[in-house]
Amino acid sequence: MALVSTPPTLERALPVMDNAEVLRIRNDFPVLNQLVNGQPLVYLDSGATSQNPLSVIEAEQEFYEQRNAAVHRGAHHLAVEATEVFEDARQTIADFIGADYAETVWTSNATEGLNLISYALSNAGLWAAQGRGDAGLKELALNPGDEIVVTEMEHHANLIPWQELAFRTGATLRYIPIDDAGSLRMDLAGDIIGNRTRVLAFTHASNVLGTINPVAELVGLARKAGALVVLDACQSAPHLPLDVKGLGVDFAVFSGHKMLAPTGIGVLYGKQELLDILPPFLTGGSMITTVTMERAEYLPAPQRFEAGTQRISQAVALAAAANYLTETGLDRIHQWEAGLGQRMVSGLESIPGIRVLGPAAGQERIGLAAFDVEGVHAHDVGQFLDSRGIAVRVGHHCAQPLHRRLGLTATTRASAYLYNTTHDVDQFLDAVAGVRAYFRA
Amino acid sequence: MSLDQLYQQIILDHSKARHGSGLAGIEAPEGANTGQSHQLNPVCGDEVTLRIAVENGKVAQVSWDGAGCSISMASASVLSELAEGMTVAELHNAIDSFREVLRSRGKVSADPDLLGDAAAFEGVARYAARVKCAMISWVAAEDALNQAA
Repeated sequence: MALVSTPPTLERALPVMDNAEVLRIRNDFPVLNQLVNGQPLVYLDSGATSQNPLSVIEAEQEFYEQRNAAVHRGAHHLAVEATEVFEDARQTIADFIGADYAETVWTSNATEGLNLISYALSNAGLWAAQGRGDAGLKELALNPGDEIVVTEMEHHANLIPWQELAFRTGATLRYIPIDDAGSLRMDLAGDIIGNRTRVLAFTHASNVLGTINPVAELVGLARKAGALVVLDACQSAPHLPLDVKGLGVDFAVFSGHKMLAPTGIGVLYGKQELLDILPPFLTGGSMITTVTMERAEYLPAPQRFEAGTQRISQAVALAAAANYLTETGLDRIHQWEAGLGQRMVSGLESIPGIRVLGPAAGQERIGLAAFDVEGVHAHDVGQFLDSRGIAVRVGHHCAQPLHRRLGLTATTRASAYLYNTTHDVDQFLDAVAGVRAYFRA
Repeated sequence: MSLDQLYQQIILDHSKARHGSGLAGIEAPEGANTGQSHQLNPVCGDEVTLRIAVENGKVAQVSWDGAGCSISMASASVLSELAEGMTVAELHNAIDSFREVLRSRGKVSADPDLLGDAAAFEGVARYAARVKCAMISWVAAEDALNQAA
């Protein structure tokens, strides 16, 4: 299947991951080696934020100890070195997702990336209306009567920027609904994505349901409609081999902190021909060619979208994180986590009073599971698990419309990563089995 | 601190048998001044709509609807039971005291004479993430009381 295609460079004869390898991996993550409430920490909240291996922590420390300087300016030694590692990091990330160097833009996180795209698109309308910039901007501008399509399972970060873009441009926001099992209603998608659709934005893998969406099919519908495709890769880039060109999307975003890197760094991928003509979102230093008191001309991508001093150490650390994942092998990580996801779901399904959201056991899902415990609020479930040293996420997971659709306000979510063993999952399942009795539900 | 100190028996009891729960089914006494407040915690989705009826300077009735965790629901239940029969000033005083305990990170002990069963929420103060759960109905009560009195 194209959506998890493995770049040839990643193909290797390494065996599948097992608990012994995971325990070695875990040694690279100092934070995991601690007691919480007197119990060994079981960290199952990587869908919210992941932990950092020593190589990432050291990459950031090394930058500050040896090379810290502003990039793209100054002729001194440190400035040159800092610029080199900063741009090397960009190439590493471009390779990591199958993009070209100039198509890889640093952001603070995926949320900023999505806002960047939506503001660049409304700015395209403003520029086109005044005959500014490339003639192609007229094609990118949104107007009343145009439609933006998202899905009912989106994280708020991939919903609200599009609501606001619709508000600014007069376009209409539509969405592809989900069925009771949490899958996209692909039978309806063909009618929803039509000639009026200008943008189709959807998540690669759901942060609540664990579903992997049919990217190829959706991209096909968008191509037929002449719409831009924006992929939220927050839950895919860290966990499975990602090939943005292979997928054929126009834009993709993800956050570093969900893939072993620090907070404050994210990535926007955009097709070169789009990034080079789109107006900038943030403006200021480092992204210009000529500035007069009246106006400015802007650099091409990626600098066009990188106003102000950048997150240099975080970019370097993100590259170290990508290297860590590549060395372990994303295909192997994906396979291991998918197994953990199945273990979670089949275990949860066997506990009375538990309703798992999304695909049933045996069906494809990434290594996470969100669930409702009958008669016990998610906050109480999370507190109970915490008392046993188990870290999970509780709440609506920034997906209120999805929860409302499923008749829930809050759920509990366990999400695994490459440092989780089957023992972690079993500890979690054992604890969940005790929740309803404790709260007398 | 153990889980049982957070989830005291009183809290678990009140989270199941909710005093004052059901706005639609409870009519405010005729002639009473009423105030109603809706509070939402956007972080977890806890929601409480609470109505207070005041008659002759006393809290005649507290009724509420809500959805949320056991702490938030038990807190609303305990509050309703405690508030009925108090003077307006006494309830304000109780709310202030409850807030002080909850915000103290465990440094201020609850006065059982003043707070009754609500003293059981003292342990919540040590769980920063849960303080708002315990406070939500008390914030609603304060708002409703200001409208009614």
